[in-house]
Amino acid sequence: MEQLVNLFHGFAVALQPYNIMLMVIGIVLGVIIGVLPGLGGANGVAILLPLTFSMSPTSAIIMLSCIYWGALFGGAITSILFNIPGEPWSVATTFDGYPMAQQGKAGEALTAAFTSSFVGALFAVVMITLVAPLVASFALQFGPAEKFAVYFLAFCSFVGLSKEPPFKTIAAMMIGFALAAVGLDSITGQLRLTFGVTHLLNGFDFLIAVIGLFGIGEILLTMEEGLAFRGGTAKINLRVVLQTWKELPAYWMTSLRSCFIGCWMGITPAGATPASFMSYGIAKRVAKKGSNFGKGEIEGVVAPETAAHAAGTAALLPMLSLGVPGSPTAAVLLGGLLIWGLQPGPMLFVEQKEFVWGLIASMYLGNIVGLLVVLTCVPIFAAILRVPFSIIAPLILVLCAIGAYSVHSSTFDVMLMLVFGVIGYLLKKCNYPLAPLVLAIVLGDKAEEAFRQSLLGSQGSFGVFLSNPLVSTIMILGLIALFWSVIQEGYSRLRSAATA
Amino acid sequence: MRRSTHLALGAIAALCTGGVAAPATAAWEPVRPVEFIVPAGTGGGADQMARTIQGIVTKHSLMKQPLVVINKSGGAGGEGFLDVKGSGGNPHKIIITLSNLFTTPLATGIPFSWKDLTPVAMLALDEFVLWVNADKPYKTAKEYIDAVKAAPAGSIKMGGTGSKQEDQIITVAVEKAVGTKFTYIPYKGGGEVAVQLVGNHVDSTVNNPIEAVAQWRGGKLRPLCVFDAKPMAYDEPIADGKAWKDVPTCKSAGLDMEYLMLRGIFMAPRATKDQVEYYVELFKKIRATPEWQEFMKSGAFNTTFLTGAEYAKWVEAEDKRHQALMKEAGFLAPSN
Amino acid sequence: MTTGSSSNTGPTHKLVEAGVTLLIALFGVIVIAGSLKAGINWGAEGPRAGFFPFYIGLFIVASSGINLWHGLREDNDGLFAEWGQLRQVLSVVIPTGIYVGSMPFIGLYVASTIFIAWFMRWLGKYNWITVLAVAFGMPLVTYLIFERWFMVPLPKGPLEEWLDL
Repeated sequence: MEQLVNLFHGFAVALQPYNIMLMVIGIVLGVIIGVLPGLGGANGVAILLPLTFSMSPTSAIIMLSCIYWGALFGGAITSILFNIPGEPWSVATTFDGYPMAQQGKAGEALTAAFTSSFVGALFAVVMITLVAPLVASFALQFGPAEKFAVYFLAFCSFVGLSKEPPFKTIAAMMIGFALAAVGLDSITGQLRLTFGVTHLLNGFDFLIAVIGLFGIGEILLTMEEGLAFRGGTAKINLRVVLQTWKELPAYWMTSLRSCFIGCWMGITPAGATPASFMSYGIAKRVAKKGSNFGKGEIEGVVAPETAAHAAGTAALLPMLSLGVPGSPTAAVLLGGLLIWGLQPGPMLFVEQKEFVWGLIASMYLGNIVGLLVVLTCVPIFAAILRVPFSIIAPLILVLCAIGAYSVHSSTFDVMLMLVFGVIGYLLKKCNYPLAPLVLAIVLGDKAEEAFRQSLLGSQGSFGVFLSNPLVSTIMILGLIALFWSVIQEGYSRLRSAATA
Repeated sequence: MRRSTHLALGAIAALCTGGVAAPATAAWEPVRPVEFIVPAGTGGGADQMARTIQGIVTKHSLMKQPLVVINKSGGAGGEGFLDVKGSGGNPHKIIITLSNLFTTPLATGIPFSWKDLTPVAMLALDEFVLWVNADKPYKTAKEYIDAVKAAPAGSIKMGGTGSKQEDQIITVAVEKAVGTKFTYIPYKGGGEVAVQLVGNHVDSTVNNPIEAVAQWRGGKLRPLCVFDAKPMAYDEPIADGKAWKDVPTCKSAGLDMEYLMLRGIFMAPRATKDQVEYYVELFKKIRATPEWQEFMKSGAFNTTFLTGAEYAKWVEAEDKRHQALMKEAGFLAPSN
Repeated sequence: MTTGSSSNTGPTHKLVEAGVTLLIALFGVIVIAGSLKAGINWGAEGPRAGFFPFYIGLFIVASSGINLWHGLREDNDGLFAEWGQLRQVLSVVIPTGIYVGSMPFIGLYVASTIFIAWFMRWLGKYNWITVLAVAFGMPLVTYLIFERWFMVPLPKGPLEEWLDL
């Protein structure tokens, strides 16, 4: 009950007109940041952080966290319209979102994405409101072995999904792992696979690979088929929002499951990326229309978006209560807290009630404001697809170049992006799946790091991955996900044997 | 309401006036935005300090041109150092350093040395503290050392940030002083290390004060000793009536190791005297602000400020020391 | 094979796929070589830096071998793409290559202006007024948003140096 009283007090703080205005500014800035591939949420927050020093900490964090929400919403837009995910957690959204846009259903896909994001975030905020202290202690259970188990589960729930030949899937995934390994090995502090090339010190950044493979690759495919973007027939009025809303409740089960996956991943803090992939993978396995996933199924947009947004929101909890950021954006917000003299950690909830509950209240309001802002813009976004290809294509290429450049401020990365583009075109034409490749780039080095940290701690014993109920459960879930199709087949064979 | 219109107006004003060069005076002044390179990831100690400085500069209008923070963390910061090394004669680029100024070239063989840069000023030194979980029975460094000695070699897990960097150097020094072996587990960031200690996934850490202070206040962690010649200066109580001042030195507990981490500023090669002078003055102004002092207090920093020849001498001595320490620990890159 | 734009000739799918598979295998070999340099055995700190990449490299080579075998055995006489289609693709790849290659020397803004103008004029056949409006408008908006608003410095060349931006 005390939480509710605090929350209402928080609402009173967040509802001051000044703070509401900051919210709207924050959301709009955030959406811009999310749409432009060169600006990530972390960029936006970091760059605006100094500007907020003249505000009170509560107002400042409201504005900054709204930039964060806006960027989460905005990430889906380019994924759906142009197949260019601006953030790692939007990759899974492209799988069904982009095919939907090509079929002229961009409005539906965007509405589904935004609404799902909102549902996911709302679920996570309710959880933060009600069970914050409990959740914090759960997060403490996660050492390296548990973290590895989570990555293992993410991979397992995703492999075996593609229709491409299995050895091509393996090759693609292994290419991703190899690219992720380039650069500094964080366990031994040694460089590897750089061959003395200074540009390779950074390794291969996810964003550069994905802009090239997905974005540029797609433009090249479009060029091959003649100069037209399909999807110009998208409806561009607001009625599409209401029509999509009528459809969405049918997927309540997927939403709920994705909410849980998202919250769990956000707290641990494995992050929004494994959450979105895991949620997509599981939805594809259990949904009735699972075999249609990848061809423009609305459920395939709902699952990853809900999970990613729930995780993105839930990730703020360990940041506040433990001081561990769940994402780069959260890391910058964390730095901001310190600059304002607020110390994240167990005492923040006790000593800075007004701040914490003001922030939580702003999560509710910020997401509502955000949803309203982005939904009213759906027709505008969908109309972008009507711009002729030979105008929009060079603009996209320029924006991709800026995006690739600003990751490390390096022109080498821009050339790399183009190389990835050609590779993406060739691989796609040769029937290699790109999703496992990207998943491996994003999570490969993290999984390896957690694996080796665990073995260091256990002095080389593999028993560490079954050493307690938590880690064993996750590992077994992973194995079940990996062998799901075998299990399913065996089950149906058993049933048919029983009925026969 | 009014404040945010201010903000908007400020942004517009910046848009309009940005292109106009500042009037030339006798002394040198930046004529375009200054890039502030951070050779580490977002959210880490160096990044926090750089962003605090950026905030202070903006708030007090200490510079006519904007200061832009850019993270270049690739190759344990090698990316950032190489970038500045390659920007000879560009006075619009400064870099904040941590110990990886010394350790990165040694551990990775990246072709770079501090001598390639122009020293500007030492802003502060970061302390290192030996931490354990508050649930553990040892209350003093001595009790902890006795427990470590009693345990079989390698069974005590020490968590730290990065591999073959400052945390692991200290760990090796502690091993030598105690005469046993730890299992050192590297993590990505200091905050993560502190939380792993709270969750009992490691047995002890050598976190910087700022990384673990929140957990200390929350009663989850306990500082045992500080790796410095004298106790820290801050006497404001943090937890259980204890202040940073009350944390004894490790030397007094029989761990003869001192280690402080540089938080200093360098410029690109071939900077003129005027240019260095401008930045020295700028950082003097920054150090005088209440925000900076608050920041120093929250992280229990050692606030030594050095410039010019003194600073260069300090860096040189520290570089020699790191070479010796890294060599002894077997951390040098294979090719060296 | 003719190099003309005749409608139904081009490289066969089989050939291109074999080429791609061999390239992947080559990548695998490079990964293995790099791993061997970094050390692939177990050291004092557990597996050395090259341990995992080494096996990843082996996997890449092995699966490429299988893919090559499958690909060559397959009864697929289809074309990878027609020459005309490939020419279309190259008409984007080559200018984009020039665009990104010139960026370090002339800066992003000048390069983008030329690139957009070229693309719209030659591929889109728009009139010059539209072309120039977009070609100059886009870099200007980019400049305002990235450099002025979000303070993200983008690559600059002699022109910007001269304008003292």
